[in-house]
Amino acid sequence: MIRIQARTEPSSMMKIASPLLAIVLTLIFGGILFSAIGKSPTQALHVLLIAPLADSYNIGEMFVKMGPLLLCAVGLSLCYRANMWNIGAEGQLLAGALGGSAMALYFVDSESAFALPITLLAGIASGMIWAAIPTFLKLKFNSNLILTTIMFNYIALYLLIWAVHGPLRDPQGFGFPESAMFSDATLLPTLFDSSRIHLGIVFAILSGVIGWFILSKTHLGFQIQVFGADEPAARYAGFSSKKLSWLVMLFAGALAGLAGVSETTGPIGQLVPNVSPGYGYSAIIVAYLGRLHPIGAILAAIFMAVLYMGGDLAQIEMGIPVAVVSMFQGVLLFFLLACDFFINNRLAFSNHATN
Amino acid sequence: MDSDLIVQILFAAIKTGTPLLFIALGELICEKSGVLNLGQEGMMLMGAVVGFLAAYGTGSAGLGVLAAMLMGCLMSLIFAALVLHLGANQVATGLALTIFGTGLSAFVGSGVVGQTIQGFQPIAIPLLSDIPFIGKILFTHDILVYSSFAITFALLYVVNKTRIGLTLKAVGENPHAANAIGIKVLRVRYLSVMFGGVMAGMAGAYMSLVYTPMWVENMTAGRGWIALALVVFASWRVGRIMLGAYLFGLASIMHLVLQGLGWSISPNLLAMLPYVATVIVMVIISADQFKEKLLAPRSLGKPFDPRQMA
Repeated sequence: MIRIQARTEPSSMMKIASPLLAIVLTLIFGGILFSAIGKSPTQALHVLLIAPLADSYNIGEMFVKMGPLLLCAVGLSLCYRANMWNIGAEGQLLAGALGGSAMALYFVDSESAFALPITLLAGIASGMIWAAIPTFLKLKFNSNLILTTIMFNYIALYLLIWAVHGPLRDPQGFGFPESAMFSDATLLPTLFDSSRIHLGIVFAILSGVIGWFILSKTHLGFQIQVFGADEPAARYAGFSSKKLSWLVMLFAGALAGLAGVSETTGPIGQLVPNVSPGYGYSAIIVAYLGRLHPIGAILAAIFMAVLYMGGDLAQIEMGIPVAVVSMFQGVLLFFLLACDFFINNRLAFSNHATN
Repeated sequence: MDSDLIVQILFAAIKTGTPLLFIALGELICEKSGVLNLGQEGMMLMGAVVGFLAAYGTGSAGLGVLAAMLMGCLMSLIFAALVLHLGANQVATGLALTIFGTGLSAFVGSGVVGQTIQGFQPIAIPLLSDIPFIGKILFTHDILVYSSFAITFALLYVVNKTRIGLTLKAVGENPHAANAIGIKVLRVRYLSVMFGGVMAGMAGAYMSLVYTPMWVENMTAGRGWIALALVVFASWRVGRIMLGAYLFGLASIMHLVLQGLGWSISPNLLAMLPYVATVIVMVIISADQFKEKLLAPRSLGKPFDPRQMA
């Protein structure tokens, strides 16, 4: 007879084992799903997980996708730790792409050395503004942050679509909804000749390290952790919830904005309507999978980037719809939440026959 | 603007508001029992795709609606099991449900994108539809719109006048006290979450069988999220949900109104209107902190573990 028993103390082993277990369960689920639709499960899993890391070009592409995921996830990890339910990384990313692109187009004939830094700063500032509005509405008017940040995702998307159809459209672009190609002066340098890996991945890894430093080594990080664990205690200690809310939201907005501008000035090189295949939403799962820890987020972002790559390859090589990626992401989060149950609970085996 | 145009606009507002009405009524019951389900968008998309597939396969729109309701219910059971049995975080689980539903619906619907079907046809109700002005706006719709009227009035009665409504309220306000007087808290919450799933499925079916009628990836365009705001807007009251749904419906078709007035604004900017309206409404409603705390079910979003005392 198996019973469920509450643990006297949360299991720290299970905290680390739970994401790994969730990944394994998701893969098993994937295998069953692929057999159900008549594809070879081993081939599908090979394409999804092994092929993305099989040659140097694919590894490079994996890093290209990892950058925006990680940038967004580091910011979200800090937000969620401070109980700020920011679902708006996608909108902040799009705002960064839009603001950064507007600046890059201003520099379209320039060769100035300042063009790139100013473009990146414009992207960062746009992301921060997009995070600041819902934060202000929450702190001033008590409005629900989850819902306002989601609404701002949609608003950012339509604003971006409007801009590429209107003011930012390439006049010589035959009416396509795309901006002009950016000047070389505003493009992020690539790190290697043979690959599209660009400076954005350096920003992303740095953000993970900075996030870790803030969280683990500063008084500010300590305050964030206390807030997440026990809000009344944090207030009693005199920590300002307003100040912390502003800091984590602006930090997250800045990183997501940087992710957006790095996409347009990096692999894309212009503003297009589909800048992001949902990186801002996937980053929520990356943050959770990384245990809301910036270093954990680095590992989780690698896995998620592999999954994205694998989704592309599975579509090309096996005709599997690319939507399979977001389905796996949802399943992964389900399994993670289910496995987390065993952080505070355990199975107890008892033999009733001998009683 | 002439009166014909006003009739057309109000008629369209009801049509556009109907999926919001379905899904917000479902979420309302769910939240009244103390459970916050952010997975509405995912359940609605699954309802839309499965409803379309069933109607496409069988040729019967009615079977499509049934399949969609069943699918919504199944989706809500995943959520219920994680949140109610395993005590998982409701926000994270709801988000997972939305991401999962978005992906799965695109996956299973990839074969029928762009196909069309014979959806529900409008039925003018005899006599009532002859009432000048109002008759055309209210009584020349399809069967799903009439069902939404019926469900709203049924819920108005059940929530406010019956023992079931009281039980629901007790569970949402104070689950420990409800448990102490012998109410099965988890069972009530399970049923409420499942009701939310069924309604989300119907809302999805309305999108793919009546409103468009076809299947397109992500066709619900955030309606599941707007419905969540609608519940706050309605201060957790059934009657106000209906009013709110039609107001939001009106906001979504504002471009027709503005075109009627002879304005020309980019359709992409106008597409933002429902989302901007949602933000503005939420700010106005929530600004009165004290009132909102008084109106929201007190245990909303908090897990209930029968093993623990209050």
